[in-house]
Amino acid sequence: MATQHSRSAARLMIAPAVILLLGWMLVPLTMTLYFSFKKYLPMRGGDLGWVGFDNYVRFVTSSAFWPSISATLIIVGGVLAITVVLGIFLALLLDQPMWGQGVVRIFVIAPFFVMPTVSALLWKNMFMDPVNGFFAHILTAFGFQPIEFLVQHSLASIVTIVSWQWLPFATLILLTAIQSLDQEQLEAAEMDGAGWFSRFGFIILPHLSRAITVVILIQTIFLLGIFAEIFVTTQGSFGTKTLTYLIYQRVLESQNVGLGSAGGVYAIILANIVAMFLMRIVGKNLDN
Amino acid sequence: MARAVTTRRKTLNTLVAWTIGLLIFFPILWIFVLSFKSEGDAILPPLQVLAAPWSLDSYAVVQERSDYLGHFYNSVVLSLGSTVLGLIVAVPAAWAMAFVPGKRTKDVLMWMLSTKMLPAVGVLYPIYLLFIQFGLLDSRLGLTIVLMLINLPIIIWMLYTYFREIPGEILEAARMDGAGLREEILYVLTPMAVPGIASTLLLNVILAWNEAFWTLNLTAAKAAPLTAFIASYSSPEGLFYAKLSAASVMAIAPILIMGWFSQKQLVRGLTFGAVK
Repeated sequence: MATQHSRSAARLMIAPAVILLLGWMLVPLTMTLYFSFKKYLPMRGGDLGWVGFDNYVRFVTSSAFWPSISATLIIVGGVLAITVVLGIFLALLLDQPMWGQGVVRIFVIAPFFVMPTVSALLWKNMFMDPVNGFFAHILTAFGFQPIEFLVQHSLASIVTIVSWQWLPFATLILLTAIQSLDQEQLEAAEMDGAGWFSRFGFIILPHLSRAITVVILIQTIFLLGIFAEIFVTTQGSFGTKTLTYLIYQRVLESQNVGLGSAGGVYAIILANIVAMFLMRIVGKNLDN
Repeated sequence: MARAVTTRRKTLNTLVAWTIGLLIFFPILWIFVLSFKSEGDAILPPLQVLAAPWSLDSYAVVQERSDYLGHFYNSVVLSLGSTVLGLIVAVPAAWAMAFVPGKRTKDVLMWMLSTKMLPAVGVLYPIYLLFIQFGLLDSRLGLTIVLMLINLPIIIWMLYTYFREIPGEILEAARMDGAGLREEILYVLTPMAVPGIASTLLLNVILAWNEAFWTLNLTAAKAAPLTAFIASYSSPEGLFYAKLSAASVMAIAPILIMGWFSQKQLVRGLTFGAVK
């Protein structure tokens, strides 16, 4: 249907976006790759020549590497588990008839719109502070010792903060999916004598599986890159140094650009593995 | 059983849902309360905080001591600027892909999405270096460009899904009635596309407003938006609960309000059409 003329006009309309994104992707990526094969210390001598795969080896053999991988896995895994399980529960709950549904929905979704630095600081100071925090006051009121959450239970605290931010996202998407569920099918199952658990296990959960997968993949991509939440709370101490934070420290704090760039390449590969799965689902949907 | 829900069940639902909803919302509510207290009262146990007198002092002090308005202005310029720039680039692209799809349209869309997956930290130093080279460090211009680029894939995707919902038959009908390309765009397509563009604008202003990797790493004092401004309270000033609360409330209030209007768009924009 499209004429030759409209086809070339279309190409012209797409070109700026493609060129911009291509530049945004290729230029920094090439530079990161280039630096990753160099000994490059901007503050201490600058470019000290090619070193082959030295940086790649040194990045994974440094004592900070495995702890950073485990911190990353705990944070990503913990937040995913909490947000998906609670998200399903909340979505089911919000789908029920009740008074003031709209208001409850607003309450539940609100944390997603709080900027990361605010949510991190409000939890760190107003709630988790061992002297003046809300939790400390509650604990002392009941005769317990206050807890230094971000020191003694640093990873759990970060997981709590980040889960609070991402629970709305999971809930909203799962709620959207639940609302597209065929009510008649559920009623039919109920009439056939299916109890709540079998209805949940055999109808609702399978219906939600795709939405759950999407939530997991999209959140994983964002969670692998969380930065501000750690930057304003622990600065990576007390075992909260994730892969992202480790690379940031190598590159900007200790200005070991070669080493940090090698770490960056690892992070890019990791994110791409997750992205591949997500893209497959999105791509399938595009065909319909 | 027809869906005649008993009043008792509905009451129970309401009670449980409101309790959980209030628990989730509580941290935001609490900083709202603290922001109206004096610095000395804000660190008291919760019940005493509630009993303490209310005042607007913290809001005045925040502006006086740390130039809230300057950072607010930066946030507005960065989020609006990057979104408008993004729309200028994205509207034609999404338009062309939705109305004149070619063989490779799907591949182009998928590739654009893949650029969104690039971890920021992996390209932190190159961008930092380029910013130094071009004198863009701590400038609103540089950050606007970066924010525009990181959100461009989302903008294009959202617009694409909206444009695709505009039925092609309408165009044909307009053509039959003798509409030229100009009339077609002006009187037929634009009115149908405006809601989609507005939703896209809304969601992307929110995303840009809250972006906190590049804004923290590429700004100092001059171009710092509210995300970086709040981060400056992390220590030791963070101990000033009332001021931090007032600053936080002012930083999140505009976006909270916008966010409530954009719930639906959020799902569409962040799942790339994979959940409807």
